[in-house]
Amino acid sequence: MNIFADTFAWLASPANWGGSGGIAVRLLEHLQYSALILVIAAAIAMPLGLYIGHTGRGRVAAVAVAGALRALPTLGLLVLFALLAGSGLMPPVWALVILTVPPLLAGSYAGVSSVDPAVVDGARAMGMTEFQILFRVELPNGLPVLAGGIRTAVLQVIATVSVVAYLPLGGLGRYLFDGLVLQDFPRMLGGSLLIAALAIAVDLILAAGQRMILSPGLSTDSRGGRRPAEDLAAAAPAGRDLQGGTP
Amino acid sequence: MEWFLANSGTVFGLAGQHFVLAVVPMVLGLLISVPLAQLARGHRALRTAVTTASSLLYTIPSLALFIILPPVLGTRILDPVNVVVALTIYAVALLVRAAMDAFDSVDEELRLAATAMGFTASARFLRIDIPLSLPVLFAGLRVVSVSNISLVSVAALLGVGNLGVLFTDGLQRTFITEVVVGILGILVLALLMDALLVLLERVLTPWTRAAAKPAAGAAMSETRIHEGAG
Repeated sequence: MNIFADTFAWLASPANWGGSGGIAVRLLEHLQYSALILVIAAAIAMPLGLYIGHTGRGRVAAVAVAGALRALPTLGLLVLFALLAGSGLMPPVWALVILTVPPLLAGSYAGVSSVDPAVVDGARAMGMTEFQILFRVELPNGLPVLAGGIRTAVLQVIATVSVVAYLPLGGLGRYLFDGLVLQDFPRMLGGSLLIAALAIAVDLILAAGQRMILSPGLSTDSRGGRRPAEDLAAAAPAGRDLQGGTP
Repeated sequence: MEWFLANSGTVFGLAGQHFVLAVVPMVLGLLISVPLAQLARGHRALRTAVTTASSLLYTIPSLALFIILPPVLGTRILDPVNVVVALTIYAVALLVRAAMDAFDSVDEELRLAATAMGFTASARFLRIDIPLSLPVLFAGLRVVSVSNISLVSVAALLGVGNLGVLFTDGLQRTFITEVVVGILGILVLALLMDALLVLLERVLTPWTRAAAKPAAGAAMSETRIHEGAG
């Protein structure tokens, strides 16, 4: 039991929070890496996903590519990129971008194509341009599904960014690997708990944000039927996102 | 290629360990989730609890879970049991949802008909619910199989033997071939497992091919896309 006491002491000690290798700095690094990866991945995946969802073109190819990418082992890709492109921040970032594109791509195309075709036809009949249809009809209505994809991607990134400390970079993963080398179990356990807590906290914030920006029309619907709300909860597990991606 | 041939014994040994570490949790996960899902379907409160718990469990990063488990279970950090338990937790988190969806996909009228024909509750579960929910259940199993095989390699960071060892070793020796062999090995393993599951599903659900083919196919892909999206 004293492992837990030691871990608690490690987490509670102000000495471990401040300084250049302190928890505050590591936490910030962790969030910075994650944000960088997510921004790059979103810049690639979202326009592509929206295009595929809106036009229906290239869907089969997108599903196949996303499915194949998902089977790639994270650790292997990180090591491969580090060996090919040398040390530094960008090789592991690109490796993780590759792994983050599939859930974002799947979420955006599935979101857009989940919108009732009658609604889209209605918008077109009212004279909306294709861009207006995409941004004012398909995007707001497909938001529940899209948000599911985004949450999956965010969770996955926060979890896998821990591994870049192995390369070695910063982030909360530092504590796991330093602890392993030093046989300092409280440090490893403390780091693990911090990563798990960060993942859960970010997911809860995203869930709250999603509820706020969701169109009122959709949320009344969910209060009546409960069904969409359950679908949203179902979005959280990483990995489920690409069920459509495994042919 | 030469390196692979010279070390094929080691690679196959690691692949074997990798396979066991991925498959055992999948089977355990299935054995836990199916009864749990059936239980949860009957109780609204339990269903909500199971849904919430499974999404919360899935948010815990695997590397963190591999380290949190040893003091909880009283095992050593190198013990493969940690990996099996951690992956079983993920498998249950995914499969319990898939199983609930799978049971929901069974036509209620078939259940009523079975009851009318005098099936007991357990016979109905074993002979109606389980077989008819197999297509959706297998879709869930295939997701678990791919994600397990990829996650097992992370355990190599802690020194647990599997194909991921080729990554850690390759990085230390800056030997790209070894890393590439590891990635290909894991991809091949994932493909083989997927093919095995598809084959098993075909054997176990002969009626899906006998019934109007295009309709059944369309319905399946529809559910998958929906779940994938959700």
